Amino acid sequence: MIERSEEISFKFDGKSYRGYAGESVGAALLRAGITHLRNAPNTNTPRGMFCVMGACQECVVVIDGRKVEACRAELSDGLNIKRAVNV
Amino acid sequence: MYDVIVMGAGPAGATAALETSQAGLKTLLIDEQPDAGGQVWRAKSRAIISAPETEYSIAGDDLRASIRGSNVEVKYHTRVWQIEKNDDDHWLLGLQGEGQRQVSGKSLVIATGAQERVIPVPGWILPGVFGLAGATALFKEHMMVPGRRTIVSGNGPLLFYVASEILRLGGQVSAVVSLNSRFDWLKALPAMINNPKLIMQGIRWILALYKNSVPIYWQHTIKSVEGKTAVEGATITAVDREWRLLEHGERYIPSESICQGHGLIPAIEATRLAGAAHHFDEKLGGWVPTVDEFGRATVPGLYACGDNAGILGADAAPHRGRLAAKAILDDLDISATVNIDDKAYHSARKFGLAATRLTIPRAGFESFMTANTEVCRCEGISRAEIDHELKTGARSPNAVKSGTRCGMGPCGGRYCNESLTIITEHRTGKNRSEIGMATARPPLRPVHMDDLADDLDYDDLPIPGVSPL
Repeated sequence: MIERSEEISFKFDGKSYRGYAGESVGAALLRAGITHLRNAPNTNTPRGMFCVMGACQECVVVIDGRKVEACRAELSDGLNIKRAVNV
Repeated sequence: MYDVIVMGAGPAGATAALETSQAGLKTLLIDEQPDAGGQVWRAKSRAIISAPETEYSIAGDDLRASIRGSNVEVKYHTRVWQIEKNDDDHWLLGLQGEGQRQVSGKSLVIATGAQERVIPVPGWILPGVFGLAGATALFKEHMMVPGRRTIVSGNGPLLFYVASEILRLGGQVSAVVSLNSRFDWLKALPAMINNPKLIMQGIRWILALYKNSVPIYWQHTIKSVEGKTAVEGATITAVDREWRLLEHGERYIPSESICQGHGLIPAIEATRLAGAAHHFDEKLGGWVPTVDEFGRATVPGLYACGDNAGILGADAAPHRGRLAAKAILDDLDISATVNIDDKAYHSARKFGLAATRLTIPRAGFESFMTANTEVCRCEGISRAEIDHELKTGARSPNAVKSGTRCGMGPCGGRYCNESLTIITEHRTGKNRSEIGMATARPPLRPVHMDDLADDLDYDDLPIPGVSPL
């Protein structure tokens, strides 16, 4: 049995989802079925979480106007996350 | 000012820190993760209140408890982005994280561990494709699987660990696609047999696959990943002994996610930035810092331990941490006892070398990357662009990097240096030692400009007066 923390809500590109307090943004998005996290700057192709350890930079999303690695950012209640496109 | 700074809180680095601290040295342990354990003993996220224990979680919890009960100062959530020596010949590290932006120390232990080699195939950039090591982070930190169904592909033991963990956590494994043949594994066994604990672990992984009727394709690889904006499946094919793609054995397997990895390589950016000499040793997983048996690097006051000094795995890591600690104490003429279990280290080392041997690149890797395959994910550089650069005069990875920007994106070349090297070897007919590596440059990790600027006020910038002319 795996016991998880309380459920909280967050937004991705304006839509609401549920996740667990204290997990990574990347894990919460993956559970919500969202794998397309950014578009690559030069080729504009969809990218998502790949290395899951803060090295590859493919899971970068935008939170509060800053580019952050979804695999390392912590999920908190009401967090407003945006897909990183043209940034 | 610290006596010892340890960069990387995995089993090697954390053990080194515990030993130097116990000997009375003021020791700082830095890691980018929220707690110690490294990748292999990665801590669960705060979102997991309780979960069944595993061998890895127990080992990690023991290590974390030891550090909490010690005098080791820790800085977690902290990244080192620059390493240099200051005027007093002390190490100066640029940090990104909460608090202090710089620390200095007399001795520096680099224990940055391993990173993953992932050879590109068409479609590997699609969301839903993870590295094998990346998948282990999902298991250990979040107790979750990469997707509803997953194809697990690549080489070495990690393949079977990942597949069995997906099953344990309630996911489905569409197929295990192993480059290694059953014969490769048979050849590896004699060197592994003196470590019954790890052998049994491997047998449990394989049994779990059979119990769940997971198809295992030996001597096969993923040829291409299919999907529009996310993974929908993959085409697999048979390979020859050199892992070159063959025409037969081709089939399409539907799946929502793919975990793919081709071995671990030492993470040497930090020792390179610190100015240590390196050499190529395929038995140890690739380029490694040149160190003595204790982990002393070629720069005074610099030590390397753990997988970044050669891939030997988690069992060998604590021994290597103790050896580095002993070297520091000896170099400072401090008489303190560090208990080194030579026999256990030797056995772990032998096992690690045998596991690494299964992942040594073979000639066929080059054939995975078609002309349109993006080799450099960050900059979007295709195989064809790299080939063109090599046909028109480039003779080294460094030259291709300068000509194409391959490896100059935010990941710092971590995920394309290997493939770029393999293509360069293939085109020039020269080996790795001859063609060398692309130059190491700071930052070790991307840094936000506002973190660098800190509380600098623009009004404080000195502005020279207008020139009289």
